[in-house]
Amino acid sequence: METGLILSSAGGIAGAALAAPLLSGVINRTKAVFAGRRGQPLLQAYHDIIKLLGKGAVYSRTTTWVFRAGPVIQFSCAALALALLPMGSRPALLAFPGDFICLAGLLALMRFFLMTAALDTGSSFEGMGASREAAFSALAEPVFLLSLAVLARLTGALSLSGMASRLALHPAEGSGPVLALTALALFVVFLAENARVPVDDPNTHLELTMIHEVMALDHGGPDLAFIQYAAQLKLWIMGILVVNALGLGGRGGWACAGGMAALAVLIGIVESTMARLRLLRVPQLMIGAGALSLLALLLTLVRP
Amino acid sequence: MKMRNAQSVPLSEIPRLAIGEFRVEVLRAVREGERLCAFFHHGGRLWAVLACDESGLLRLVSGEVQDSYAALTPECPQAHWFEREVCEESGIRPEGHPWLRPIRSGYADFYRVEGDEVHEVAVGPVHAGVIEPGHFRFQCHGEDVLHLEIALGYQRRGAQALIQGGPDRRTVHVMETLAGDTSIGHVLAYAQAMESLSGTRVPARALAWRGVALELERLANHCGDLGALANDVGYLPTASFCGRLRGDFLNMTALLCGSRFGRGLVRPGGVRFDAEPGRIEDLLRRLEAAARDSASAVGLLWKSNSVMGRFEDTGKLSREDCLALGLVGPAARACGVERDVRHDFPHGIYSYAQVPVSTAQTGDVLGRAFVRWLEMQRSLAFAKETLEHLPTGSIAAAPAPCAPERICVSLVEGWRGEICHVALTDGAGRFARYQVVDASFHNWFGLAHAMRGQQISDFPLCNKSFNLSYCGHDL
Repeated sequence: METGLILSSAGGIAGAALAAPLLSGVINRTKAVFAGRRGQPLLQAYHDIIKLLGKGAVYSRTTTWVFRAGPVIQFSCAALALALLPMGSRPALLAFPGDFICLAGLLALMRFFLMTAALDTGSSFEGMGASREAAFSALAEPVFLLSLAVLARLTGALSLSGMASRLALHPAEGSGPVLALTALALFVVFLAENARVPVDDPNTHLELTMIHEVMALDHGGPDLAFIQYAAQLKLWIMGILVVNALGLGGRGGWACAGGMAALAVLIGIVESTMARLRLLRVPQLMIGAGALSLLALLLTLVRP
Repeated sequence: MKMRNAQSVPLSEIPRLAIGEFRVEVLRAVREGERLCAFFHHGGRLWAVLACDESGLLRLVSGEVQDSYAALTPECPQAHWFEREVCEESGIRPEGHPWLRPIRSGYADFYRVEGDEVHEVAVGPVHAGVIEPGHFRFQCHGEDVLHLEIALGYQRRGAQALIQGGPDRRTVHVMETLAGDTSIGHVLAYAQAMESLSGTRVPARALAWRGVALELERLANHCGDLGALANDVGYLPTASFCGRLRGDFLNMTALLCGSRFGRGLVRPGGVRFDAEPGRIEDLLRRLEAAARDSASAVGLLWKSNSVMGRFEDTGKLSREDCLALGLVGPAARACGVERDVRHDFPHGIYSYAQVPVSTAQTGDVLGRAFVRWLEMQRSLAFAKETLEHLPTGSIAAAPAPCAPERICVSLVEGWRGEICHVALTDGAGRFARYQVVDASFHNWFGLAHAMRGQQISDFPLCNKSFNLSYCGHDL
């Protein structure tokens, strides 16, 4: 790869790393508007991270190195995943055939360490959170891979960068329905994986109902900052995948940024207009998303 | 001995039975549909206040008791909590009680379900929100709750001991803070008891103001609860708007008396504040605006499928269980039980103006939410009607001293349900015993029961749908 291209990709990563916390700001602002409130500052997430980084951490005596390693590994996984991600018209820093499986693997590793760190505390709350996370992600992951497989089949490209650029620049004739189904399935996975309504409630203070938040309850200071930042990066990564599936990503930086902003507003609207699902119903939602992506796959198979 | 709500009778007229007869009498009454309003130990006797909702009559029975007696609970589950309380406070053992643990001095040996796959979840007493302390111990199988045990007592202030020997200058302030969100309800029960014991006639205008204040308290709390229910399922619009509306209702109470929680308004003999026509008009205007806003804010709940999906079939209680456990208030009415002090034992303004009883049939969170909304509408109508036709005249009669050696049972339908105050005076007209039973006392066990077989993740929602008082229980 040329040096210029590498620099451009690295610039994309830096931009994503800087902009990721802004997404939650846009989501929260949208929710505030719906609720008739003024809402927190757009940059609140940045202030929180800076504040947490300046604090010390407290560790329970029952925890081991797993608990301490968790936040750093989660952050590293998310940062590595950024390198696989094409943003705007820039290709990913690392693009190779089958890199989307590697991306799914990195996200799984991130989740694995989030869960083991939670289990390491021995708290019943965190155990319940980890068990829910494991159950729901076991359903979300196949849908995620299936959706990416649909995109690979549709575009004939096996790398995320290849998919993004072909979806944007050379969309196959009559691929609209397939893309719509895939994007919808990916959006559901996106909501589930990022602990948003209707699967989880990022605003709740009720430990018994939480999934993601409860696993971070015993982390504090810089550890919590790493977990929160890793979660924001993950929100960004999966958001980019949705935007790319719609063919917006490969059209350039502004289209990509616009798509991300629209996505954040959409999440805000979803969270403002519907209640959270009963936990028992979440598998049905994931199976529904799986059915959508399976249908999309069938459509690509019967296409000439 | 039969009597009406807030009617005082000489102590000597209360039958003094042997403990065996007492037990038979109480069990027979409960079997025939009466329910236990209060049950306590005083002066070597067990006292039971039985209420017959159909006839609107209260009955007092007492039985001589030594160190122990055969427990009522196995045949009368309503007595469960009461007998534990009596045993904790006086050491008198109800033999054969199935679960004789103290209810207010936290204890360690909880009921346990054994098994490799069963896990225990301990919640509280310190919670994640700014709420009162209480400990909840769940026995779970995965996400399913097999059993919930609730341990309270962290808010124990010894309020009943403070009242004993009264009334004095601080008594009314203790009443106002028995349960801070039910100030009007508890002071009203106290004032009714005092007026009955002293033979004071309360002016009609004061009765009307009391009714308005009690309904405003109901409105503020029901509205806040509906918002909190929406918040617990992550439904923001209703959560935000009801939060604001609750403030509007509280401010109406403040407009009347200067305190958002109605502190200082109701006093034995009448009320302390009156409003001139301008302020009454302002109140009416605010009521109308709040009625409009709450109809649209709460209406969103019923129209939203995702919310209905969460409310329906969550924390279901059957009508039979509700009757057996002796639940009161919206929790009982949500199970289709028509039980409302304002209707069954009317006193004060409610003797003249009817408020229809609001019921639902489902017994789940939806039922409890919907009953609250129905009650809000009826309270709004009642408050408007009362304000438009306020009687003229004074707002307070001079209080007189209490008559000696009498007993009075005073019931009020607070927003959580029935509030029962029992006052016994000694030879000098002072309180020899003052027993307070908040609605929460009846209903906490109902919450534990409603959680059986439910999802543990639905507990906060279920808990909010009951919204019981910790300090009202602990006293």
